[in-house]
Amino acid sequence: MLHERIPNLSGFVEPDRVRREVYTDPAIFDMEMERIHERVWIYCGHETQVPKAGDYYTVQIGRQPMLMVRGADGKVNVLYNRCPHRGNMMCGDRSGNAGEFFRCSYHSWTFHHDGKLRSIPMMESGYAGTRFGKDSPDCNMKKAARVESYRGFVFASLAADGPTLKEFLGESRIAFDDMCDRAPEGEVEIVPNCFRVIQHSNWKIFLENQLDALHPSVTHQSTGRAAHEVEKVLEKNAKKGQVPLKYHMLSAFATVTIDKWDNFQTLNYPHGHCILTGYMGLRPQDPDTLAYDKVMIKAYGQKRFEEIVGVNIHHVLIYPGLSVQSPLQQLRAVRPLGVDKTLTEIWHFRLKGAPEPIYRRSLAYYNLVNSPSTMINADDLENFWKCHQGLSSDGGDWVTFGRHFGRDIEKDGRVETGPNMGTSEAPMRNQMKAWSQYMTAGR
Amino acid sequence: MAKKKAPRKPARRASGGDTQHAVEQFLYRQADILDGKRWQDYIDLFADDGVYWMPPEPSHTTWDGMPAIFAEDKNLMTVRMGRVLHPDAWSQRPLWGTNHVVGNVVIEKESPNGDVVARSRFHMMELRRDDVRHFAGSYTHHLKKTEDGYRIRLQRVDMTNAQAAYDYVLQVWV
Repeated sequence: MLHERIPNLSGFVEPDRVRREVYTDPAIFDMEMERIHERVWIYCGHETQVPKAGDYYTVQIGRQPMLMVRGADGKVNVLYNRCPHRGNMMCGDRSGNAGEFFRCSYHSWTFHHDGKLRSIPMMESGYAGTRFGKDSPDCNMKKAARVESYRGFVFASLAADGPTLKEFLGESRIAFDDMCDRAPEGEVEIVPNCFRVIQHSNWKIFLENQLDALHPSVTHQSTGRAAHEVEKVLEKNAKKGQVPLKYHMLSAFATVTIDKWDNFQTLNYPHGHCILTGYMGLRPQDPDTLAYDKVMIKAYGQKRFEEIVGVNIHHVLIYPGLSVQSPLQQLRAVRPLGVDKTLTEIWHFRLKGAPEPIYRRSLAYYNLVNSPSTMINADDLENFWKCHQGLSSDGGDWVTFGRHFGRDIEKDGRVETGPNMGTSEAPMRNQMKAWSQYMTAGR
Repeated sequence: MAKKKAPRKPARRASGGDTQHAVEQFLYRQADILDGKRWQDYIDLFADDGVYWMPPEPSHTTWDGMPAIFAEDKNLMTVRMGRVLHPDAWSQRPLWGTNHVVGNVVIEKESPNGDVVARSRFHMMELRRDDVRHFAGSYTHHLKKTEDGYRIRLQRVDMTNAQAAYDYVLQVWV
């Protein structure tokens, strides 16, 4: 039925524009979940979220409620959050510890942490001679087809085939390398708090905003200006370098003017992944930074240290569900809830072995920009909602991504924006190219 | 007569009628200022070293070095005010308003110098565009007594909704 109504999705995406239904049609949303989110590698969580055996965290992959759980063998498993008996959800809370095994609240079937059936009450008398019981694979909790992790970041794919996680991530792996390498111990650990914010707009609208270098100085002018006013007063009363960096992180939204954002660059990769280069003044010469540098040089040596802190990344987008700000050790996982409803789960990480002030610096950004009291995303979410409203109307058929179209430079399998074209809409074109490939694959 | 009875515990002095009344009036006035969008007046209720704090969960005992929904000193509060008043604060364009009701005011502690720790409960309804949201929780006010009345050293806001997913965001203090 659906396929009759939408016979040829490839006509919905052109290299420089996209049909509006791609954002608003519930049938297309269902197809996206089936063909993209429930096939590709989706970020579940970080291994340090579930440190002990039995620790679990619920996570939504596409339309599927899943569990990430640490087994007694130390392995992190990803299971469907569902009892194979009558379909009861196994864990009704967001996270917790299952104890030595999962136990269903309905009829007390129990399961090992890898999903394997452990016991059924009165199994012999109840199931002897039936097709159900201990050896029936249908009596296990179903596992995600594939689970892999990269530097502690756990991903699952609900499809048995497809590229490995490493192949899928490709160059976007730098999101995790950059984050972990900035830790003197080469690892990060979760800060045990998840900010969750719902957007009333299609999931792609959020992703397309993440590397949109043109919008900050327009959308966030108000916060940037307000922060700059306070920053100026504080600067007058303080010695140079004493004003907390958080004011600069906010004021940069306004003081980095539209034309300056063009100096940044986007790098666009297969599978829809994109990187925005450019640095928001995170390598100042204050005493906290210098103390951190010292610890880093001791851990890595001068040469490697320079390489690590010289990585020039503002944002990495791992399509279709993860937005990473590696120099600030935070990420936003995107969970589409419906065609016009999207949940973001926002996490912060601690650099293992780094001095406390470095953690506090990125924490300030986490609280001010990424918490539910965000002075930045308030205006983004307003835009997203307005976009979704506009796209639901008959006022036009297309979303256009024409900025600097035709000037992209393709080399070594990646698409770069031309010099001084950082505000190019190449990342949006790249995401829609991947979308089109996923949606029409094998058809 | 009952009123002639000596108080059973000396601590009862702490909830003496005058203090109770003064603190209640302070809290009601703060809520009124907030609903009236009188942002500078709101900030002025805080002591110079005052902090407005909303932890993401009730177990937190300090804002210092912790994830927080709000952890704002007067400088950050001034940024927030400046943003809201900026003509291009786009998300401020739609009609919006709030209505706070504060009650269950309990004086937790009164120091000899008149400083007070008070707990209370609030309910707040917010209209934004055509949508209504409802928030509720508790306040803990650490109040400093000054010649000009109370000033807030620390206002802790434990929002019952804090651990739920936020439908949209919070643009100003609750």
